[in-house]
Amino acid sequence: MDIARPAIAGTLESSDCQVTVEKGEGKVDFSLESSVINQYGNQIRKVALETLENLGVKDVKLTIVDKGALDCTIKARIEAAVYRSVLQTEHLPWGGAIR
Amino acid sequence: MINAVGRDIPEEILKATGKEVFQGNHHFDGHVFQRHGANTRCVINSNGSKVVDSIHDVLVKCGIKDGMTVSFHHHFREGDYVVNMVMREIHEMGIKDITICASSLGKAQDELVEYIEDGTITNIQSSGVRGKIGEAISNGKLQGLAIMRSHGGRVRALVTGETKIDIAFIGTPTCDEYGNCRGIGGKSDCGVLSYAMADADYADHVVAITDCMVPFPNFPAHISMTNVDYVVEVDAIGDPNKIATGAAKPTTDMRKLMMADYCTQFVVNTPYFKDGFSYQTGVGGASIASTISLAKVMKERGIRMRFGVGGLTKPMCQLLIDGQVDALLDTQDFDLAAVESVKDLHHYRISAGEYANPFNKGAVVNKLDFVILAALEVDVHFNCNVVVDSNGMITGAQGGHPDTAAGAKCAIVIAPLLQGRTPAICTDVTTVTTPGESVDVVITDYGIAINPRRKDLIEAMKDVDLPFTTIEHLRDIAYEIAGEPQKVEFGDRVVGIIEGRDGTIMDVVRQIKPFEFTEE
Amino acid sequence: MNNPNKKRLRRTMMFLNAQKPGLIKDPYIYKPDSIMLDLEDAVAENQKDAARFSLYHALKTINYRGCERVVRINGLDSPYWKEDIRCSVAGGCDSIRIPKTESAQDVQLVEREIAFAEKEFGRPEGSVLIMAAVESARGVMKALDICESSERLFGIALSGGDYTKDLQTHITGTGIELMGARQNLVIAARAAGVQCFDTVYTDLDNMEGFRQDVETIHLMGFDGKSIINPRQINIVHDIYTPKQKDIIFAEKVVREIDEKKAQGIGVFTVDGKMIDIAFYDGAKRTIALAKASGVYKGDL
Repeated sequence: MDIARPAIAGTLESSDCQVTVEKGEGKVDFSLESSVINQYGNQIRKVALETLENLGVKDVKLTIVDKGALDCTIKARIEAAVYRSVLQTEHLPWGGAIR
Repeated sequence: MINAVGRDIPEEILKATGKEVFQGNHHFDGHVFQRHGANTRCVINSNGSKVVDSIHDVLVKCGIKDGMTVSFHHHFREGDYVVNMVMREIHEMGIKDITICASSLGKAQDELVEYIEDGTITNIQSSGVRGKIGEAISNGKLQGLAIMRSHGGRVRALVTGETKIDIAFIGTPTCDEYGNCRGIGGKSDCGVLSYAMADADYADHVVAITDCMVPFPNFPAHISMTNVDYVVEVDAIGDPNKIATGAAKPTTDMRKLMMADYCTQFVVNTPYFKDGFSYQTGVGGASIASTISLAKVMKERGIRMRFGVGGLTKPMCQLLIDGQVDALLDTQDFDLAAVESVKDLHHYRISAGEYANPFNKGAVVNKLDFVILAALEVDVHFNCNVVVDSNGMITGAQGGHPDTAAGAKCAIVIAPLLQGRTPAICTDVTTVTTPGESVDVVITDYGIAINPRRKDLIEAMKDVDLPFTTIEHLRDIAYEIAGEPQKVEFGDRVVGIIEGRDGTIMDVVRQIKPFEFTEE
Repeated sequence: MNNPNKKRLRRTMMFLNAQKPGLIKDPYIYKPDSIMLDLEDAVAENQKDAARFSLYHALKTINYRGCERVVRINGLDSPYWKEDIRCSVAGGCDSIRIPKTESAQDVQLVEREIAFAEKEFGRPEGSVLIMAAVESARGVMKALDICESSERLFGIALSGGDYTKDLQTHITGTGIELMGARQNLVIAARAAGVQCFDTVYTDLDNMEGFRQDVETIHLMGFDGKSIINPRQINIVHDIYTPKQKDIIFAEKVVREIDEKKAQGIGVFTVDGKMIDIAFYDGAKRTIALAKASGVYKGDL
């Protein structure tokens, strides 16, 4: 999947995170700001990279500002941003690329 | 050396501080020592006034010089102007290497970071530090070691002479020209001056700072002229709006209400809940809610409280108004209702020493049946952390936590299982402030764990319908939901020590290390 | 297609915005019987897409510890409802709530999409149930049709806000404006053998008013109530918990009927009251409710 245009999903409320995806420079460029970075920074990165891999996104600048979101929220926000960037809202691959 | 809560205290810290490691709550029971005495400059003349024109002049009169220790209290909380006012002057005079010995420091003192960075302030002793000073210490900016002490532990340090205060600055809502201080009246009413009383007794120089001079005698004095060297009048000692706020509206957050309800159910099912019991609680939403629901049960069952203690808020004072408690023992007033209540005949001011000093011939905390506390983290050994956040940053204060937990027959800690993503119940707390041997029960929104040492409480709760479980199980639920947190990586340098209330070392706080992703 | 969950206990159904991570992460600690993850009114128009991802992963990941997981999809007049169903079914929801239901056909449309989704995502046929919310005068008048429209339908619910607007009145707090609809819905539900749920009570500052509201609908025969805040749960459960004397009586009735039936006796007395077989189901229900409320430890 290619990032067609910049897109944002999520909020800066507690237990949420705000995810921005933009066209990359040929690779996955990951940046994270998190209120729990010392405890969960590596875990958040792992979840983020896995989510991108499941979606088949290989060229992206991914920015996450995290306010203590659980893994399931991080996944959901990344997917929401990626599908927003390609304007797809129907026939989504639930249980496939989204998992 | 490994101490009684399993923390490894580096030898160089033991050497540098001359302290022992923590060896258990009652290690010093029966210990004999000689009290420290302050230098006292006699006033025999009849000239009548101790008023000095300015902070600058009083600093000169007290002989301020490099390396001195100055002290402050925190009764004005986030509205305090006194600490900054004095430190600004000391800074302008070019004095260096000052030790601040405060009962607590917070956001109101954020500007001191500049003086830490330029070496005006090189040591800090406090209950804890919120705000930017905490960050500065955690980032290694303070040259010396920060010492975090409980309220009782601070008085112990003064009484034993471990800390010698050169000049105590006591902000006081009202004062007369001879130095009689009262916590009530004036523009910045804070009710009591409990935390400053030991300073007045043990400092070599004592300066009262007020924004409301009243005619002699300002009686009954909370701090007596017999201890005060000088009086300075200034425009404002604090922002009244931030000193005592209006009473907080009782929480409507169901999570807190639920924990409060668990707490009340627990309390009323212990053998200590009977006519004449004693009780202390904090200012958190759940603590306040549990006081309100406890009052209801007391009324239903016709049970009276003998005395309530603490930092007080409206619901505790309401017990006095409603005739449900015989006496309130007061060290701090958090809201206007508490300040107002001080005028009641059965609302007694006590000093921080009377309240909690373990090196007294007995303190009020030893007479407590219940204390209801909060915590940032509690581990499976029931150790609590109230000073350092889960990222390793100094962000809170010990307050009376270790004192009351050690003293009370039943110490209850209320904490939501998760604070955002951060588990409050964990395998090992980041930093130990209150040892697990003091903590009897942990109440969370996911269940209640009784310390296995308390077989009597476990027995008492046998038929009680509450969600009892083990502390390990609570930890497991937290980790199942949030994932197991990675251990925070610290630098090598020790930036602070957590002192046990008896002056031993409970734990150390190390410098923060910027987070780095592990390579893959 | 006989899903045993159709008759499960549903005293409280708590609305939660499916788009709010802080709300959906652990509502089970308050022990509602059902949670209703909302994709409809609570979610802003420009967040409808994001809410689905949030919902999907919540359903997949979060252990709701026995709470029924109902999803309120967007209305059939919106462009969202079909994808809402795919997402919910794929995520593993227990039930779908249809808003603004006005006819049996509405339910059948949804039923068809659910069946497609069950097949697409490999879930057993009939595993996803339906409840229909009635929000208009027409819906109220069609209540019986709606109740009998589908094997999957476990119940109907009144949605008072929109309904009172349609009726050209408003929520007064007295319940007068809801009288007819409530009565009609509960009668239709009972006639069709499905459950019936009352509308939300939105004034959180008036817990006494809420209690009275619940007392009323409990006596009217409703199975439960939609709620908007966890503070409302205990009040509903409290009112729906059978009183000890009713439990004892129900226990006697069940035992007595079991015994007398064997002897071929049709009418007899319990505690001086005339009893026949018509009391049996009610007594059984009381025991079941008492068990669910944790106040019955007997062996029936």
